[in-house]
Amino acid sequence: MVLSFARLLRISLEAQGLRVLLTRQANDDPSFDDRSRVANAQRNGIFISLHVASTGQPGTVRVYSLLQPTAGPQSAANAPRGALLSWDRAQYKFIEQSRRLAELIQIQMAQHFHGSSETPFEAPVRQLRTVAAPAVAIEVSSVSVQDKGALDQMGPGLADGVARAVAAFRTIYESGGR
Amino acid sequence: MSKGLKTTIIILAVMVAVGLVTLPSLRRAVERQRATPTPQTEEQSRREVMQQPISTSTDVQVQAQLYWLSAGSPTALEPTAVLLPLSADPVERSKQLINALILRAPSAEKRTLPAEASLLAFYVQPDGTAIADFSDEIISGMPSGILSEQMAVESVALTLGANVPGIKQLKVLVHGQEAETLAGHLDLYGMFPVPSLAPAAGSDNVGVAATTKKIPPKK
Repeated sequence: MVLSFARLLRISLEAQGLRVLLTRQANDDPSFDDRSRVANAQRNGIFISLHVASTGQPGTVRVYSLLQPTAGPQSAANAPRGALLSWDRAQYKFIEQSRRLAELIQIQMAQHFHGSSETPFEAPVRQLRTVAAPAVAIEVSSVSVQDKGALDQMGPGLADGVARAVAAFRTIYESGGR
Repeated sequence: MSKGLKTTIIILAVMVAVGLVTLPSLRRAVERQRATPTPQTEEQSRREVMQQPISTSTDVQVQAQLYWLSAGSPTALEPTAVLLPLSADPVERSKQLINALILRAPSAEKRTLPAEASLLAFYVQPDGTAIADFSDEIISGMPSGILSEQMAVESVALTLGANVPGIKQLKVLVHGQEAETLAGHLDLYGMFPVPSLAPAAGSDNVGVAATTKKIPPKK
């Protein structure tokens, strides 16, 4: 299911002239760090982690950016300019950009899927923490629906909405805006 | 009849005789084995011990606020008042609360922690950091997803914050070890903030919303 969503999204993003790399091609299960390695090897990329939840209000979509831990690892955002970026905290420098990307996608999801929030969420999502680029996680609810076809039907709207949001994000950041 | 065939028949007859002689004792041994209870696994034994109600000499009946999923929204937590015997000791009190969170969920829909999970250990450090060590079932029984995993940890954090003064943050361990995620999504690398919702320590109620009767300690 997630892979079919990812393939639809790939088509929508490529239609905008963007290059898309999938970190998973089949039913393989690369580690978090393997996926981050693929993302971090790209220049000026963004990272989108797709999920289908077991819970939540069916037919809705939630978009997350990383919630930075309150204690423990120190913020990389305050690191001196030019300092090496710690792998474990690679996302910390991109928190603001990720939040903006999440906002843009969540607005699109609210328009496509009735009942979805208009504002994005923050959570300590493991996959996002080691990505050194604007990164969000998108969670579709849910696999608990009686009719799996209903979940399938969300694919095109999801792909279209995310592609529109990514296009808007690209415009904002290429023009140097905030 | 050849000599070899005769020998074979004799050997078989002896074996049948030996079998008939040993059969009753073999049957008794099987029956004894059946009567003996199957030995418990280490995990089963530990769970039985952990799920014994925790009782301390300072227990008082308290309307504790336990956070489960909201009946109206599966994406939010809401407090439910539950009458519980709670200790004045923050560690024992926290164990009582987390056990209640697991064992007394009002319904499957409102549950945040897997029914088969158990709290193996709980510590509170002087700086207000609480460390909750859960059994492996916290992972294997958890519905997968960012939302469900976040609700699970937040239900623990909010329940502690509402009922135990002094706890500021929460670290989650699984079977005594640091785990990368709860069930594939939520990062267990850092600490989870515990909002302070309980009355300040030092008050007569020790963070208790109401006082009723004192429970005598168990012998």
